[in-house]
Amino acid sequence: MALDAAAWDALLLSLRVASVAMLLSLPLALWVAWILARKEFRGKGLLSALVHLPLVLPPVVTGYLLLLAFGRNAPLGRMLESLGIGLAFHWTGAVLAAIIMGFPLMVRAMRLAIEAVDPKIEAAAATLGAPRVSVFARVTLPLILPGILAGAVMGFAKAMGEFGATITFVANIPGQTQTLPSAIWTALQVPGGENRALAMAALAGVVALVAVLVSEALARRVAKRISGAR
Amino acid sequence: MLEVALHHGFAGFDLDLEFEADAGITALFGRSGAGKTTVIDTVAGLLRPDAGRVVLDGEVLFDAERGIWMPPHRRRLGYVFQDARLFPHLDVRKNLMFGARYAPRGSMGAGFDDVVALLGLEALLARAPATLSGGEKQRVALGRALLSHPRMLLMDEPLASLDGPRKQEILPYLERLRDGDLRLPILYVSHAVDEVARLADRLVLLQDGQLKAQGALFDVMADPAAVPLLGVREAGAVLEADVIAHADDGLSTLAISAGQLELPGVQAPVGARVRLRVLAQDVILSRDRPVGLSSVNILPVRVEAVHPGDGPGAAIALRAGSDRLLARVTARAVQDLGLRDGVDCFAIIKATTVAPGSIGR
Repeated sequence: MALDAAAWDALLLSLRVASVAMLLSLPLALWVAWILARKEFRGKGLLSALVHLPLVLPPVVTGYLLLLAFGRNAPLGRMLESLGIGLAFHWTGAVLAAIIMGFPLMVRAMRLAIEAVDPKIEAAAATLGAPRVSVFARVTLPLILPGILAGAVMGFAKAMGEFGATITFVANIPGQTQTLPSAIWTALQVPGGENRALAMAALAGVVALVAVLVSEALARRVAKRISGAR
Repeated sequence: MLEVALHHGFAGFDLDLEFEADAGITALFGRSGAGKTTVIDTVAGLLRPDAGRVVLDGEVLFDAERGIWMPPHRRRLGYVFQDARLFPHLDVRKNLMFGARYAPRGSMGAGFDDVVALLGLEALLARAPATLSGGEKQRVALGRALLSHPRMLLMDEPLASLDGPRKQEILPYLERLRDGDLRLPILYVSHAVDEVARLADRLVLLQDGQLKAQGALFDVMADPAAVPLLGVREAGAVLEADVIAHADDGLSTLAISAGQLELPGVQAPVGARVRLRVLAQDVILSRDRPVGLSSVNILPVRVEAVHPGDGPGAAIALRAGSDRLLARVTARAVQDLGLRDGVDCFAIIKATTVAPGSIGR
């Protein structure tokens, strides 16, 4: 059996990191997407560039920057450490890396969905007496749900596959910070580890396939509800 | 009563006007780009102009000077948009319920079943907006606005996106709204003279962002000065007539204060009161009572005003009994016939001038 306990540990860690990263970044990504889609302000271009930076930066550079900012000897890292939130060489650091790497993809999907909603529909809701919060909850949110879903799946998938920034920032400690990609990479470094690598790669493939299938099914259901066809 | 005063500067275009709207239907008429939608959006609270004031029944909705701005959701004005703007993710019933959801508790207004019956929506309730025709969408949008129990209804060219038959499908509902129990004041934006003539009680004329005329529909439509604003082919007096009889040959007899008219295509039953639109270009004037004409619609009239136009034409205001008519003749005819204030003459109205769509109740 090529899948040993370490491989399952790596899979569970990856799933945990990806889920937490996705859930944590969802509200923030939605907010940033909203601002970029609907608001005009000074520095909008800069904000957009900052959000998209991790997409074009080499992941190793992103990981190194994270290490510089949140490392055990960095002021910010020390402050968080004293609050009980250790990031460097800790699985929570992998979450942070996953959030930053997946953020541009999530924002992009949600921004497109928000831009597709006609503000005139929201204005119509307001003239019917709906306060702003209700307009968002009853009109905007249902209409952008497919985009939010797509963004969430993107963020989750990116987190599952994230390697460069993660290994640079939190290293590759089995059982602690060794995610599935790190484990595959490690197996490939060991003579005769090809079988283990292949088995774990297949595992990663199955997880990715399930994620895509689930998101497709959800998107279909939402789209059906939104178009009102029944 | 709605009082509006507003000033708003666009690039190369200034909107500057002041008008009032009371019970009944007040039509805001102007060509495309005259600033009509800006006005109605200001009333609704969807646009905040540079300066001005909007007061509804004594309550200030907007006052630039005093810094008052009531957000749209608190104004309680039902807005029916040209493009319906139904919620695409909700079926017709839920679209209607969205309107009802935010009606203040205990507020007076139409109930769900009443609105569904009034607008003939029973068969549409389970349908999705995407599957509705343009006319059906507008009926749902109208119902949704009514169910929010508005203090006033704002309609921005609700028929402009519809073709002829679909328009005829909606117009009776609007007339029912005007004449029915709801008695909602309506501000109705339009660039179609026939709609305005058929529906409005009051008329506000807008041109290039400026107010050109306002008053009772019958007065403004009979004003020769309004001819260039309405368009020389569209201008003409509107008057009310009683249906007296329907003959077998398809002609109906209608009574107006100055006499009787024989008109084809009148759908209303005997005893009904209908509106007639008599286009100025379809009224012929004669100093002597004409004989041997193919038209039987000849009324004795008195010239009240002669209004020379920019071109070779002139608009003549006429008094016919207690009604008024408008005629468009050439400046040469004014000379030759000696038309001036106080002159008695005869107006010949071609029976074919009154289209079925212009008559109704």
